[in-house]
Amino acid sequence: MDYIKKQLPDSLTKTGGILLGFGVIIMGLAFIFTPQRAFFDYLWVYLFLVSIAVGSLALVALEYLVGATWSTPFRRVSEIMASMIPVLILLAIPLFFGLHDLFHWTHTEVVETDAILKAKSPYLNVEFFAIRTAFCLFLWFLFYWLITKNSEKQDIDGDVKYTKRNITLSTIFAPVFIITITIAAIDWAMSLEPHWFSTIFGVYYFAGTIIAALAATTFASIKLKEGGYMDSHLGNDSFYSLGTLMFGFNVFWAYIAFSQFILIWYADLPEETFWLIHRWEGSWKYVSLALLFFHFIMPFLILIGRNAKTNLGLLKFMAPWMLVAHALDLYWLIFPTLFKGSAAFGWQELSFPFIVIGLTMIVFKMSANKKNIMAVKDPKMEAGLHFHL
Amino acid sequence: MIGNILKKFDDKFLKTEPRTGKLYAVSALFDTPDQIIHAAEKVSGAGYKKFDVLTPYPVHGMDGAMKLKPTGIGWVAMVAGMSGTTLAFLMIWWMVGVNYPNIFGGKPYFNLTASIPIMFELTVLISALTLVGSLIAIYMKLPFNANPLMDTEFVRRVTSDKFGIYIAADDPKFKLEEVRAMFEELGSSAVSNIHEAEYDKGKTNNPLTDKKFVGALVGTAAATAMISYFVLNVLLFLPPFDWMHRQPKVLPQTESKFFKDGWSMRKPVEGTVARGFMPYEFKGMPDSMVVATPNPLPVTQKVLDLGKKRFDTYCSPCHGFYGKGDSRMRGQFPVPPTLHSQKVTNWKDANIYHVITNGQNTMPSYQSSISRDDRWAIIHYLRVLQRSQNAPDSDVEGK
Repeated sequence: MDYIKKQLPDSLTKTGGILLGFGVIIMGLAFIFTPQRAFFDYLWVYLFLVSIAVGSLALVALEYLVGATWSTPFRRVSEIMASMIPVLILLAIPLFFGLHDLFHWTHTEVVETDAILKAKSPYLNVEFFAIRTAFCLFLWFLFYWLITKNSEKQDIDGDVKYTKRNITLSTIFAPVFIITITIAAIDWAMSLEPHWFSTIFGVYYFAGTIIAALAATTFASIKLKEGGYMDSHLGNDSFYSLGTLMFGFNVFWAYIAFSQFILIWYADLPEETFWLIHRWEGSWKYVSLALLFFHFIMPFLILIGRNAKTNLGLLKFMAPWMLVAHALDLYWLIFPTLFKGSAAFGWQELSFPFIVIGLTMIVFKMSANKKNIMAVKDPKMEAGLHFHL
Repeated sequence: MIGNILKKFDDKFLKTEPRTGKLYAVSALFDTPDQIIHAAEKVSGAGYKKFDVLTPYPVHGMDGAMKLKPTGIGWVAMVAGMSGTTLAFLMIWWMVGVNYPNIFGGKPYFNLTASIPIMFELTVLISALTLVGSLIAIYMKLPFNANPLMDTEFVRRVTSDKFGIYIAADDPKFKLEEVRAMFEELGSSAVSNIHEAEYDKGKTNNPLTDKKFVGALVGTAAATAMISYFVLNVLLFLPPFDWMHRQPKVLPQTESKFFKDGWSMRKPVEGTVARGFMPYEFKGMPDSMVVATPNPLPVTQKVLDLGKKRFDTYCSPCHGFYGKGDSRMRGQFPVPPTLHSQKVTNWKDANIYHVITNGQNTMPSYQSSISRDDRWAIIHYLRVLQRSQNAPDSDVEGK
């Protein structure tokens, strides 16, 4: 192991700052001119950041949970990606100013006369919504803080007890993650259409978060390796499982998406079908088809071969692809509530890429400044670096 | 306990060592994955080609240590999988689209959505079966059903807790002493010679036709079939739920034990008339009617719709949908004359009513099956048919 800590270039913060500033200006203008649409854009940004941050924390926990060695060199990258979680707490506050614009069920006068919404109101009410949001964010932050603290302490003395502590923490985090991500998916994405019923929605969003986190970790790791910020022993074989998991969770996503579709299609109940009909009206049809091809069929065919997953050039191309596909997936989930009849992409939506990329760059750089980019004294590190297929 | 039983079974039926056939390979067992990686590097480095490594779980880095070339098995899986997809697609399309079209849940006969699960499953199934099949074909060299390595102490250990390597005796560089010495030097815990099993002499060499093997195969199949039959049809048998069938009710044509006269159905009380079934007093030929009653119903869309419905139900099987006498009974019942004849066109409504009520020639009476109002509605509709089927040229506008 010949890893030496090198600071990431300052250009990361500068470029990130410019992008973020630009995105914030667009978002600000959107808030002035089209406030409702701006809140939907904001929700889109927020959910995407949740996907990457919380998904990355889940990947870290997963490594401890199953005792994987191949992923040890990348674990710190995932941890740094998860350092967005404290920022998420701050970013959640503006959402509460847009509840009326975003969520139909917050209009109490409508709920009074609507049998379905009335029946759902014990769950869908503003107070309980706020409690759940705080509950999820608190648990994510708590486990992020505990797990990364242990991992960083290990960098100093390499004590095995930190690994053991993190295994315990990860065991608790696994069900916590599943429950909180389901709550997040139902509250922030599914309740946009409060009349709709689907019991698989949480799993659908969960599959997307893991894909996004894997893609983000893969892309960042390849960039860091190319820049010489990681250990020189890290070979292409180590990336194989990142590609395999990305491929596998992509198939899982398609499986869940189709399961949701076929049940609604077969039962043909009006309270379920309208959700899909909204996504098949006008130009939404092409967004749905694009999602099918762009999120599943093309990545499936590209990533299926074994060589594709050890080809870093291809992975470096496919990882951003999957991130864009996940952004499209969230767009498809969120925006049909706002744009009924046909999809739209205006200057307001341009804030999404600028804010997401800019903010991620800044948070990544700031978080990476303080710690090693590899978990240098992790007992599994040697095995992870010399991983061969 | 089960372990002991299996061991006894093994000793009695499967014990094949010591074998007497020619030398097949020399095998060596190692205790750790590092040792086996080292051994694989050494063997491949020494230039041996026909050797293989067997481990209880996948050991990472083995491909490189054995100098294995990339395998084409992925393409086999791909082709098999795609054939499975196509096969499932064609199967579903033919079954529900061509051979036995049926409506399920108001969906089209053949639809892709409902076929996708089957296509997915057959993709996985066919590719998995093909891979297992190719494994058997390559490893056991079909038509043989066993590899000489099987039922040896070597394979017993590598499938539980040891890491094994063997070099086949037909390798061009194979020399027994050299190989054994190399394995000993590498620190193997057990080096052994594996011989081929010798089959009964004078009989065919192909073990697939061995009487014991075929007998065991047939016996297993028969036992499985019998057990399945017994379990499904005797042990787990539940009689069909016929609670709705068995209820205290009067069935048609059955004798009543309740009523003195033995009739299940009761006759109407004397001097009463069922609603909608006013008695009709006239008998005989249609023209024998004394008073020609006019049609009591007005000609409205509602009445005509009712008439069409009743006509299509009761009259059209013999008279045809347009009353042309083109029976749908295909000669199973005498074909009636057309309703567009001069005679019927000139008849009064009451005459037609008379025929429907009393019947004529082979046509039975419809008095009990079509209510009085419905009969009059049919007559209105029949008038419409007569008018529409015999429209004069002057009806066409612009002529």
